[in-house]
Amino acid sequence: MRPMKHLIPEFEEWKKRYPAGFEGSLTIPCLRRIQEDRGWIADSDVDELTAYLGVPRTQVDEVLAFYTQFTRKPLGRHHIQVCRNLSCSLRGADGLVAYLSRRLGITPGQTTLDGRFTLSTVECLASCGTAPMMMVGDTYHENLTPESVDALLETLRS
Amino acid sequence: MSGTKFFMNFPVTETSHLLDAYTARGGYQALAKALQMQPADVTKEVSAGGILGHGGAAFPAGRKWGVVKLNDGEPHYVCMNADEGEPGTFKDRWLLEHVPHMCLEGLIIGSFALMGRHAFIYIRGEFDLPYRRMAAAIEEAYANNLLGENILGSGYSCDVVLYRGAGSYVCGEASAMLASLEGKKGWPRNRPPRLTVKGLYQKPTVVNNVETLANIPVIIGRGAAEFKKVGTPKSPGTQMISISGHIARPGVYEVEYGYSWEKFIYEDCGGMQDGAALKCIIPGGVSTKLLSAKELEGLTLDHISAVAGGSQLGSGGMMAIAEATCMVRVAQVIQRFYHHESCGQCTPCREGMGWMERILDRIVAGHGRMEDIERLYEIGEANDGTTICSLGDSAGYANTAILDHYREEFEYYITNGRSMYDGRLTVSDPFASALAGAGARG
Repeated sequence: MRPMKHLIPEFEEWKKRYPAGFEGSLTIPCLRRIQEDRGWIADSDVDELTAYLGVPRTQVDEVLAFYTQFTRKPLGRHHIQVCRNLSCSLRGADGLVAYLSRRLGITPGQTTLDGRFTLSTVECLASCGTAPMMMVGDTYHENLTPESVDALLETLRS
Repeated sequence: MSGTKFFMNFPVTETSHLLDAYTARGGYQALAKALQMQPADVTKEVSAGGILGHGGAAFPAGRKWGVVKLNDGEPHYVCMNADEGEPGTFKDRWLLEHVPHMCLEGLIIGSFALMGRHAFIYIRGEFDLPYRRMAAAIEEAYANNLLGENILGSGYSCDVVLYRGAGSYVCGEASAMLASLEGKKGWPRNRPPRLTVKGLYQKPTVVNNVETLANIPVIIGRGAAEFKKVGTPKSPGTQMISISGHIARPGVYEVEYGYSWEKFIYEDCGGMQDGAALKCIIPGGVSTKLLSAKELEGLTLDHISAVAGGSQLGSGGMMAIAEATCMVRVAQVIQRFYHHESCGQCTPCREGMGWMERILDRIVAGHGRMEDIERLYEIGEANDGTTICSLGDSAGYANTAILDHYREEFEYYITNGRSMYDGRLTVSDPFASALAGAGARG
């Protein structure tokens, strides 16, 4: 497992734009960067980050538990997050979730056996005008139909 | 026509968000003008413009700035609230993606007015494209001496930190946002002390919505008197409105305050999807009370009119709901959201949100009891004013408004164990035919 040390030069650059003495603020940005690097946050990352920033371990544990975008275990290669809040529900989010569940053979919260896809439901991605929609990795896919979902899954499988 | 436009008045192209395009449209002239003024005079001009905050609460922006004492020897911080997460609201995303420099210019002017050395942009974690556009805008600004040391030779220096959240609705609440900026879980704080007294790092801090700050170059550039000529006397300017749900043409619109609400919905937005009839509008995100089609008649799009109509314009995040939609299920979806997003700090909210969701789940499952209706009212009341932030209140209001308007749907569901409208949420479901015939349920 790759340690976070190779990211420290980048973190040092970030520090320069913060008021001095408030390095604890970097907790969330550093965790985001570590997760971007490996896909999830390991216990060893928490140890290294607390030592680097000088923040209490409980603070880092709380942050990881509080924010929904952090994960402490590996996810599938493609994380599909379907919005099912009101605007998306009014435009067919339930059908989208059912359709993806059937296509992938998993229910929300699960990862396909080949480790390729994890399916999740989320509450509002601020893309209400282009519902139904989902986020794959960092990318929004909007105004979804069975055909566009099939085409996208095909691309992600190849 | 929906009147004057401050933001949607240029052709959107692949490069229209970049610095060159923005300066060609007159961008950063307001910053140059502000830097020639005294900081307190900038605040006075913003106050004179009469702009109300665009985040939802509609608090006068100039008054918020005016509270900060410029000579107290403390550092002052300005934070742009770009944690747009209120369901139905996606107008800030448009601004961040298409006019990032206008938002940034407003932030730098605000920071100058408050004599801040550091300013912050707290952007929603899920906003990848807006984040990349804003990050690029900040770098362009640094490279062109619009940020950093001695901006435009004025002697004023400012650094901007672009801070990305990590998935939490409650961080859109200003004090929770500051806790998150300090690297902690986003728990709201008790106030007083106000954030303008003890905010980020316990120093005076102003938190403004993206759209509010994007308006600042307009006010300073044109002058307050010119700004006030747009809109209504009590709601000057324009409002970005994002509309979604069962509407024919969903999307982001900019309207001058005072514009006819019905005209907006039936003409500009093309009426309802598939020619359906309008049942109700949720005017400003799920936290605002819904207005039935009848209640909407004669109202105009501004804060005074919305309040007179019994609701609020909120964040301008409108949802249109068609006739024959099951309002019990609408309430269930809304409540699921509140339960998911309750931060768990205050007992009435932590326990009440889950309790309300369980009751609604039970009714939807066909096992409701008639006393559930009164219980939903009671839990809403128990939350009202008893929590640190307004998430608990909002859930109660949202539920109560649905119950007040559509109580007979709840009674029918409970009595018959099924929905009056077959549990319908969509006017036309794009996945219905693909799912039909294989035993999958939509």
